[in-house]
Amino acid sequence: MKYAYYPGCSMECNAAAYEVSTQAVARVLGFELAEIDDWNCCGATEYFSQDELTACAVVARNLALVDSRTDQLVAPCAACYLNLAKTDKLMTDDPEMGRKINQALAAGSLHYEGGRVKVRHLLDVIYHDFGEEKIREKVVRPLDGLRVAPYYGCQVVRPIKGDDSTEYPMQMDEMFTWLGAEVVDYPVKAHCCGGHMTQISEPQAFELIRRLLQSAVDYEADMILCMCPMCQLNLDAYQSRVNGFFNTNFSMPIIYFTQMLGIAFGLDPKELGFGKELVAAEPVLKAKLTAKTTT
Amino acid sequence: MAERIGIYVCHCGSNIAGTVDVEEVARWAGKNIDDVIVAKDYKFMCSSLGQAMIEEDIKKEGLTRVVVAACSPHLHEKTFRRACENAGLNPYLFQMTNLREHVSWVCNDKVKGTAKAKAMVAASAERVKYQQPLTPMYVDVNPATLVVGGGIAGLQAALELADAGYKVYLVEREPSVGGHMAQFDKTFPTLDCSACILTPKMSEAGQHENITLLTYSELEEVSGSVGNFKVKIRKKARYVDYDKCTGCGICSEKCPRKIVDEGFEAGLGTRKAIYTPFPQAVPRVPVIDTENCTYFTRGKCQVCSKVCPTEAIDYEQKDEMVEIEVGNIILATGWKLFDCKKIPQYGYGRLANVFTNMEFERLCNAAGPTNGKIVMRDGKTEPKSIAIIHCVGSRDVNFNEGCSAVCCMAALKLGHLILEKTKAEVYSFYIDMRTNQKMYEEFYQRLLHEGMHFVRGKVAEVTDAARNPNEQGKLIVQCEDTLLGKQRRIPVDMVVLMGAIEPQADAKELGLKCGISCSMAGWYTERHPKLDPVATMTDGVFVAGTCQGAKDIPASVAQGAAAAARVQGMITKGKVMIEPIVATINEEACSGCRICNNLCPYNAIEYLEDKGVSRVITALCKGCGTCVAACPAGVISASHFNNQQVFAEIEGALWDAIAECREPETV
Repeated sequence: MKYAYYPGCSMECNAAAYEVSTQAVARVLGFELAEIDDWNCCGATEYFSQDELTACAVVARNLALVDSRTDQLVAPCAACYLNLAKTDKLMTDDPEMGRKINQALAAGSLHYEGGRVKVRHLLDVIYHDFGEEKIREKVVRPLDGLRVAPYYGCQVVRPIKGDDSTEYPMQMDEMFTWLGAEVVDYPVKAHCCGGHMTQISEPQAFELIRRLLQSAVDYEADMILCMCPMCQLNLDAYQSRVNGFFNTNFSMPIIYFTQMLGIAFGLDPKELGFGKELVAAEPVLKAKLTAKTTT
Repeated sequence: MAERIGIYVCHCGSNIAGTVDVEEVARWAGKNIDDVIVAKDYKFMCSSLGQAMIEEDIKKEGLTRVVVAACSPHLHEKTFRRACENAGLNPYLFQMTNLREHVSWVCNDKVKGTAKAKAMVAASAERVKYQQPLTPMYVDVNPATLVVGGGIAGLQAALELADAGYKVYLVEREPSVGGHMAQFDKTFPTLDCSACILTPKMSEAGQHENITLLTYSELEEVSGSVGNFKVKIRKKARYVDYDKCTGCGICSEKCPRKIVDEGFEAGLGTRKAIYTPFPQAVPRVPVIDTENCTYFTRGKCQVCSKVCPTEAIDYEQKDEMVEIEVGNIILATGWKLFDCKKIPQYGYGRLANVFTNMEFERLCNAAGPTNGKIVMRDGKTEPKSIAIIHCVGSRDVNFNEGCSAVCCMAALKLGHLILEKTKAEVYSFYIDMRTNQKMYEEFYQRLLHEGMHFVRGKVAEVTDAARNPNEQGKLIVQCEDTLLGKQRRIPVDMVVLMGAIEPQADAKELGLKCGISCSMAGWYTERHPKLDPVATMTDGVFVAGTCQGAKDIPASVAQGAAAAARVQGMITKGKVMIEPIVATINEEACSGCRICNNLCPYNAIEYLEDKGVSRVITALCKGCGTCVAACPAGVISASHFNNQQVFAEIEGALWDAIAECREPETV
């Protein structure tokens, strides 16, 4: 199976672990992610709040660049996913907007018809297109005894409503039960990580991060699973700052869900980008999964 | 001889005239349709003046056919048929065109609307020429009535009819009558004990000489029509002999198998495998729950049989089919509670101390699993604070758009019971407080004085994720207080979700059996929402109580009584008119293939062995036309809907297209 792939900027630097683990999992499950040629930044959240039309045009360029032989575009980053999906929806629902954007695209000899490409998040692709049976088949190292807290954040589940619950999404929860993990049913899994709030007001941002970490600790999670580079960055890179600010001592590894899929599929942690996280996952993995690894 | 047709186009105030040029339609019809003698428009054709105009024209102009283009035949076909009859014209020589529902209400372009109106009038005019005089038939009304559902609405209907001296069959799917009302503790706004006012009606229904109680039974099949329905009812096996059992209750007492009662006790209490749902059950004859009975699952035990003093236990009992004949049917099948797990952010099923309102009713009830003590899920701790969340699954586009009508008052009642029984603080989270019946607003004022806290706003979530030591170990209700304009987090010990009132899961299926339809939301559709709220589009089938829409106890009782009054009217009249619109088989041409026999949904076609042909039993035929379409020889015709009439109607509707086709010939 082949999908058009929009990696987004984060995947090349701070989320390199997400990128290598995504590619590794794709190889095991047998699908190909064909990167869009000459893609550009999605504009993140800022550009949309400055000038919607220009922001959409910037995003639409990526949609227009999708190979005409495919109609499925995969984005692993929640913000990229939302921007691509939102632009596609705007162009479909509002023909006037579509016309204006295409006027802009025409300068680069490009054109995009709203609705031509189905924008999908990586989780949705793995969950739906492979599903329980195929995923279980590939598990060689079940995650027995590992308590994981799936963290969805905001942008994949809202405002554009997919088939998972907006208020209480379950797809990652289900997927990790297939892998044998103990899934922690904690209440903040779709709460906001603060996004770029760390750049605006640290006390507010740190409080949002603290709530997520605290809830995962209260429910005795071994790690938080992420599906967005922004969420991972906030929870992982700011964890020590949060500890300093609140005088707490969180030590919660924040790992991409694809990394743990890879572990369950029997891949080497090195292939999956482990070690790049700031709060090391190694002690947890050693304590919980060593017995399995040696057998 | 050519027919003399009168065409009457109604303005219906501005209902039709707003989007159809009514005068133009009448003028055009008078000029362009063959055989039209008069064509008039009038402000309100259904008024007595409008009717008089038609009657006068029939007499003066010698009209032999009449077309009225106005509203739906459901509303006024009878009116105009009567007018024709008054003037000496057979009522079946009249045809009604529905310009209001089929044109003006669904169209906002006057040019297009007028064009369509012309086509529809032309269709009726062409059709009416071929209509034939028919004579309606009258059949006797069987004075017995079937009431489906033994909740308060059904009980009321059954008792009214029985007290008036008429036979009633009361069918209830559960082992006892009583319905949801039997589960409640107190009723609003008077706070009288629910059981105290309900159980006298239950036992009266159980003992009434005119009521045959069929509990633990379901309606399987309905045939026939108004005045003469045949109904098949499945009496599910109780495994207890109804006649031998004295209701002593020893079997339930000694039964070693205890299970969680998901029904009457809403999952909070237990019952035995052989049980009556509650102490005042009517009848007192228990049933065996075979899924949980040790004997039925493992083949050993039989304790109930050993202890029964009258040898009433019968493990070999089978479901029994009962056939009854009734003249009318009242459906009072009630409602079901919204599945609160569908709103996961409220935590029901995940957070132990989140309860549904039905669970909480049982918790408050002195006869309930805690003897009326309000305690948390652990069964012993008294809560210090309770949040009641309104509109859970109602007034919500994701689930039920409508208001459940009773929850505001029920929430106030629960609030009162909490304040009366505990020292807890009570918070109500509401969108709008709806207390619009007699003494309801006064009850709300009372609760304001009693110290219940009211927070106006829809709750975002109920969570156990504490943000500060105050919230530790509590359920936190996160809500926007729209009166303060602020986000609030209120930590409580217990949360009660006021779940929406929803149609029964099988309401549609039962409706189909009885020939009535449901609204988009799943409630049974009444004949007219304001002026005929308990009748349905199917003659002889009535609805009462919450199966017609969410409502409280007084309104359910009123509808039960109203339905009974409507049925009494039918019984007292004694006869009911049957439309003469039936199928007839040309026996000369019938090959006797019998295809039509099995297709007829009303079993109205018999096969005459001696002649080798089929024949329609006129009294049973509903004129549906299935046999007409199916007959391979084409020898069945439906009166009032024969081929000639239908083809003429089509030609009329396509008058402009046909005129264009014909043009070259005439040139």
